[in-house]
Amino acid sequence: MAESVAAGRVTARKRRVHKDAKGWVFVGPFLAVFALTFLAPIGYAIYLSLFREQAFFGGNVFVGLDNYVEAIQDSKFWDAFGRVLVFLIVQVPIMLILALLAALAIDSLRLHAAGFFRIVIFLPYAVPGVVAVLMWGYIYGNNFGLAADLNDLFGTTAIQPLSSHWMLPSIANIVTWEFVGYNMLIFYSALRTVPGELYEAAAIDGAGTFRTIRAVKLPALRGAIVIATIFSIIGSFQLFNEPNILRTLAPNVITTYYTPNMYAYNLSFAGQQFNYSATIAIVMGIITAIIAYVVQLRGSREAL
Amino acid sequence: MKFNRRIRQLVVAGAALTALAVVAACGGGSDNSGSGSSGSATTGSVDAVDAALKAGGTITYWTWTPSAEAQVKAFMAQYPNIKVNLVNAGTGNDHYTKLQNAIKAGSGAPDVAQIEYQALPQFALPGSLVDLNQYGFSQYESAYTASTWAAVHAGNGLYGLPQDSGPMALFYNKQVFDKYGIAVPKTWDEYIAAAKKLHAANPKAYITNDSGDAGFTTSMIWQAGGQPFKADGKNVTINLQDDGSKKWTSTWNQLVEGGLVSQIPGWTDEWFKALGDGTIATLPTGAWMPGVMESSVKAGAGKWAVAPMPTYDGQPATAENGGSTESVLKQSANPALAAAFVRWLNHDEGVKPFLASGGFPATTADLKDPAFVDKASTYFGGQKINQVLTGAADSVVKGWSYLPYELYANSIYGDTVGKSYQSKSDLNTGLKAWQDALVAYGNQQGFQVNG
Repeated sequence: MAESVAAGRVTARKRRVHKDAKGWVFVGPFLAVFALTFLAPIGYAIYLSLFREQAFFGGNVFVGLDNYVEAIQDSKFWDAFGRVLVFLIVQVPIMLILALLAALAIDSLRLHAAGFFRIVIFLPYAVPGVVAVLMWGYIYGNNFGLAADLNDLFGTTAIQPLSSHWMLPSIANIVTWEFVGYNMLIFYSALRTVPGELYEAAAIDGAGTFRTIRAVKLPALRGAIVIATIFSIIGSFQLFNEPNILRTLAPNVITTYYTPNMYAYNLSFAGQQFNYSATIAIVMGIITAIIAYVVQLRGSREAL
Repeated sequence: MKFNRRIRQLVVAGAALTALAVVAACGGGSDNSGSGSSGSATTGSVDAVDAALKAGGTITYWTWTPSAEAQVKAFMAQYPNIKVNLVNAGTGNDHYTKLQNAIKAGSGAPDVAQIEYQALPQFALPGSLVDLNQYGFSQYESAYTASTWAAVHAGNGLYGLPQDSGPMALFYNKQVFDKYGIAVPKTWDEYIAAAKKLHAANPKAYITNDSGDAGFTTSMIWQAGGQPFKADGKNVTINLQDDGSKKWTSTWNQLVEGGLVSQIPGWTDEWFKALGDGTIATLPTGAWMPGVMESSVKAGAGKWAVAPMPTYDGQPATAENGGSTESVLKQSANPALAAAFVRWLNHDEGVKPFLASGGFPATTADLKDPAFVDKASTYFGGQKINQVLTGAADSVVKGWSYLPYELYANSIYGDTVGKSYQSKSDLNTGLKAWQDALVAYGNQQGFQVNG
């Protein structure tokens, strides 16, 4: 299905011969806002990344691509990048599979109070991210909260969600909790658009529940899965709120360069290295765009 | 109506700031290079300040001190022609980030801002603050303790008047000490012995908490006689392995590596609770602590007492921990009036309301005032704690200075020294890593850093 849509797009592009100024009127407002809030800041960031200004003695020097050369050799940056990459590879599949299972379960019509489950699973997404992290912070606390209580109960010190070994899984847990409902809703709404005739046909052909899932539902979900994956990749690379707030509870575990975004933030606001910070942001943006694009290409080409 | 007035003031301030920005832009380069290191100690006149007080006007004041509301109210009652907009822009780093952004943006900064001593060079050196020598404020030197007077200087420039001070003392839970038969330690060796004895008697109790805190570390190195940071204009020397630094680590390593300090981070609910229930038995910290304890550690009332800081050789020696100044921003449209406000706050009538709300003064007259010194504290079981604390103010080790980029240094402390705390291993490794990072940053920012 997605293939035919893609193919259709290509032919449409080829067919477009007549240019019409009317189109600009419609896209004009969008383009204006897009230019102002997206292109201009990116342009400014690129401009910034070509200079080096010293916070204390002034002196803005054009340094060409020096900042980029530095970024590519910056072990802190790659440390941060490696961390979000691991996060991405482990957390995103877990989250999407959970979301998929939830969506299929709610769509199966075999669940009592499906509406209730839909809302309850979605609810964490409605909790503001900062509040959610604070809440989890209390649960994770080594000296207080649930983790401490469990340790007391079993007489161990084994549960240390905020220690350096467990911090990344702890963050992954928060993010999964927050976004399973959101992705579930994307999948669920895609499932709702499957025409009833397809199910009927499948039933007439003698397909059971799992056969229907494999042959009808999953193919119908492919576009939604690609979209959800791209969103999650971008989200992972932009990881910031969760580690930044947990930092107050574990300042020695979460470094100022724990994720690329935290690194860029701290370069700017603690180190006043605005130029280098812009460079990091752009390098990270390029990497994210490339990976998202590759996923999109593969997702629309290959069967699931 | 209040709103209208504020908007009008904003418009006026905005226009003034724009005008100032134009002027500043014209003067640009020289502004940055000159004022930092070579700010000359000119003795100007106080007349301009007095005239500004008479003329009146509006200024904005950013602070997080709880005393500010009472102080501003008293000021405006005394000078009805002056309006002070009081803004709490956040505490510590939040405040500095906003201030830094406003300075970088070229507008939006307040006329007067609270700045901690450790952060002063970071704002003074790039030329963001007004050198108060031009208003002849150097004449007030005798009013303040030597250590705070030194702390409001960067190079030869005078960038504020001291608001308070935090000479360190040992706050200890007397009830816990009595229960386990521990004597108040006079030396750090005795302190370590006390730590071991306490933790052995009650594995849930610790002599103190320390999960790594840049302000505490620098103060402790200060007390040990270390001078890891030296700055003279662009030339900076960093040596976090000097004798004082090593003296401190050789003591403190025993506590960290031995797991004798609690990992509860400071200023959390858990910390306040632990101070009240005996989990944390002592705090070597600044003289501003009593006010904090009275308001946030109610359970500790009657249990705690104050003693002089333990030392390495038994001779009195201490350091400052914390403390702030009020400074006038270069962006101010009315720096003379802003300076007048600073003088009122920290030299004249503003000091009384500050003390009344629990502040610890930097002014020698108040530190010697019998009404202050001999006041018995009910929270501390009737002890005349100010006798100990004012005594501490006299024995602050001289010669300390912070880095010109101390705020940045503090921000990466967890990345480096924090790692040593995390793994309960040699603090020297962490200090060396901290030093390397600070040298690299300084050189990048145009300093000539040796380290």
